[in-house]
Amino acid sequence: MLSANDLLAPKPIAATMSAGRETIVTANAGRKAAYSEQTVWMLAIRDQRDKAAFAKLFDHYAARLKGFVMRAGAPKAQAEDIVQEVMLTVWRKAHLFDPERAQVSSWIYQIARNRQIDVIRKEARPVPEALANDDESDDEPDAGQVIALEQESDKLRQALAKLAPAQREMIERAYLGELTHTEIREATGLPLGTIKSRIRLGLERLRHELKDLRQE
Amino acid sequence: MSANISHHIPSEILAAYAAGSLGQAFSLVVAAHVSLCTECRAELAAHEAAGGAVLDTIAAESVSPDLFARVLDHLDDPVQPEPAPRGREGVFPGPVMDALKGKAPRWKALGGGVKQCLIGGDDDGLSRLLFIPPKQAVPDHGHHGTELTLVLQGGFSDEVGHFDVGDVEVADAELEHTPVADAGPPCIVLAATDAPLKFNTFLPRLLQPLFGI
Repeated sequence: MLSANDLLAPKPIAATMSAGRETIVTANAGRKAAYSEQTVWMLAIRDQRDKAAFAKLFDHYAARLKGFVMRAGAPKAQAEDIVQEVMLTVWRKAHLFDPERAQVSSWIYQIARNRQIDVIRKEARPVPEALANDDESDDEPDAGQVIALEQESDKLRQALAKLAPAQREMIERAYLGELTHTEIREATGLPLGTIKSRIRLGLERLRHELKDLRQE
Repeated sequence: MSANISHHIPSEILAAYAAGSLGQAFSLVVAAHVSLCTECRAELAAHEAAGGAVLDTIAAESVSPDLFARVLDHLDDPVQPEPAPRGREGVFPGPVMDALKGKAPRWKALGGGVKQCLIGGDDDGLSRLLFIPPKQAVPDHGHHGTELTLVLQGGFSDEVGHFDVGDVEVADAELEHTPVADAGPPCIVLAATDAPLKFNTFLPRLLQPLFGI
């Protein structure tokens, strides 16, 4: 089958080297960090507006997104329109992607949910205040934080896979938006404590940076 | 920022917010509290990560071969920039300023110096700001559903405990409580219910249809 990437010719010289699921990235300063492919693609989209990376991201997520939005109630005929909108939003809002604060799947999940809510609701959903530097993604993310967050996300996926089918079904329904908060109370089962601590560390660090910035 | 917050948004409400299944009124309280609270911002992000794990592991559906070409066609379309969300003004977090459309609240007297400003309401709930003078009680009330109350200025105490700026009280249908404002600055709260309130005293019951509380 033709993959999205085949549509883009000539292929730009990839700055990345594939090594299984992980990709070796050489940062400007010569530091090496093992980021997931998805993160590497997303950073290339964000920083270089790299369409080849976008094609790879599309190949990875489009079918998952279609499955996701159909499970969340989108009619088959509309599902691809939603996938299209989500992927366009990923491209357009790439400057907001911050791998220190959200792993790619988590970021795309939010876009997909917002898209589906927008279709149903008249009013925009209230959103929290942005943190002061939300609009300025720094070019050099803290590699340790990014990798740790990816590892926690991996653990979450593994935990989800290990759940008994009935419990897993409940978790899926909760995050597909099919359960009320009262119903979700009974549907716990994913160990969110460790990923929360990791994200919290990142937010604390950001807060200190902002404080330093203000004092300068 | 969140150092002194001791009453947080329950995890299942953050999960419902992340999943988009929470009503508009409760979503406003969540967005306002998360604006003030790093702890809940992190927990919300953890739920979004769990949503990401569901997206990663869900059964995929193959897409049409031309879908990528269609996306590519629109990649460079000009887009209208979305209006930027409002920032905090005084004691009101950005999402509250958004709900007020950037204007100062228009208070209506409820008696005894208590004032309210309705800011949103639909079939799945109602949100309002309440202004309570120092040491004044909010009329004793129970709820048909759940009530979330976020303190924006001052503080209050009731049968459950004491609530300071940033704290959220979650009162379920069984709880009948009488919040009393602290001495000091007037207490301002953002309160949201997922069903209309029921007051126990005669006068507020008469006012209820009038003010929509």
